[in-house]
Amino acid sequence: MSAEPPAGDFDHPDVVICPGGPLLLRGEHVVADEQGRTHHTTRPVSAVCRCGKSATQPWCDGTHKVLPPRARP
Amino acid sequence: MSPPKHERTRQGYLIGMLTPKARGALSEAVLEAMRVRPADMSTACATPAESRDDEQVTLWALYELHHRGFDDVDDELEWDPDLLALRRRLERAFEGRLRGRWSPPADLPGPDSFAEAFFAFVEDHDGASLAAHVHRDADAEQVLDLFRLRSVYHLKESDPTAWVVPRLDVAAKAALMELQYDEYGTGDPNRLHAHLFARGLEACGLSAEYGAYLNDVPVEVLEQNNAMSLFGLHRRLRGAALGHLAAFEATSSLPSRRMAQGLARLGLAPEMVDYYDEHVAADAVHEQLAVRSICGSLLAAEPALVGDVFFGAFSCLDLEDRLARHVLAQWAA
Repeated sequence: MSAEPPAGDFDHPDVVICPGGPLLLRGEHVVADEQGRTHHTTRPVSAVCRCGKSATQPWCDGTHKVLPPRARP
Repeated sequence: MSPPKHERTRQGYLIGMLTPKARGALSEAVLEAMRVRPADMSTACATPAESRDDEQVTLWALYELHHRGFDDVDDELEWDPDLLALRRRLERAFEGRLRGRWSPPADLPGPDSFAEAFFAFVEDHDGASLAAHVHRDADAEQVLDLFRLRSVYHLKESDPTAWVVPRLDVAAKAALMELQYDEYGTGDPNRLHAHLFARGLEACGLSAEYGAYLNDVPVEVLEQNNAMSLFGLHRRLRGAALGHLAAFEATSSLPSRRMAQGLARLGLAPEMVDYYDEHVAADAVHEQLAVRSICGSLLAAEPALVGDVFFGAFSCLDLEDRLARHVLAQWAA
């Protein structure tokens, strides 16, 4: 049933770039926004805006999904 | 008989639920049998359902035996063979109806194109939106009505999905727990999502007691809740459970922002605005995790489940659409 190895390594990156969407950050980080203000992550995984249109910078709020596909990151 | 229930403290909201009102002959007979526990349970369980309402409220009560139980029902009945047989009969009919509403696409994506295909599938499902109405037009009474309907699920947010954890292989299990840990407040009870909603309800002057508004909700809400319990309780349906989760998360962030802005427009309690603000941020993460990491890992290990992942996603979107159309028609919006 399983295609996974019984033991061994799985990919588990700390930074994940989601096609057309945000950048995921695992763990605690401090992110500086475009104005240089710093923001601490508050959850186990955080989503950083890549489309520039989020209303809650520097975090993703899902706005990329209402952009035309060409305007998405 | 099991001994009487332990005295429960009044701290928290998951307390004090009694069996709901019957909605027809089947629920009348079964809820009564659950309360009095006659020597013969099977006669009550053989009663035909009068309506979809009757069937769904019975199924909801049978599922609640596995969630939190009822103060007027013996906990032993969770595993009563007659009630389990009835549950199975109702589930078969319900699952058949859910599958009957769904037309699988001709070609389902392979693992490499799954995430983009899934997001596109969710985007293309153009359903009615309660959040859009709350954003611009709803009055405060309508919004409070909506909270009453939402409370049936939001006070047990994420619980049906927790049943899926032990059924998963390594990568999907770790991925699901990464999301669930956040849903459950990362260990802080004050941040548990169901608790944030309970605080919001109280701040709005509503009851935060589990199941308080069950008698007021339409059958569409019962079907939403029953679908999640159905998918969560059956290992066979783990693909549908995770597809449902992914669709739920992928349709939460933007509507939650509209909800938060609508509540602020109406001057409703900041605690409830906080609940929706939390979901803007959390679900922008969770939708990526649920689609790419959770469903992606599930399908890497078990590619044959892709049809059920889409079936679960469709059911989530379709059931919400049915509820939204019902409520908007009631509001004549």
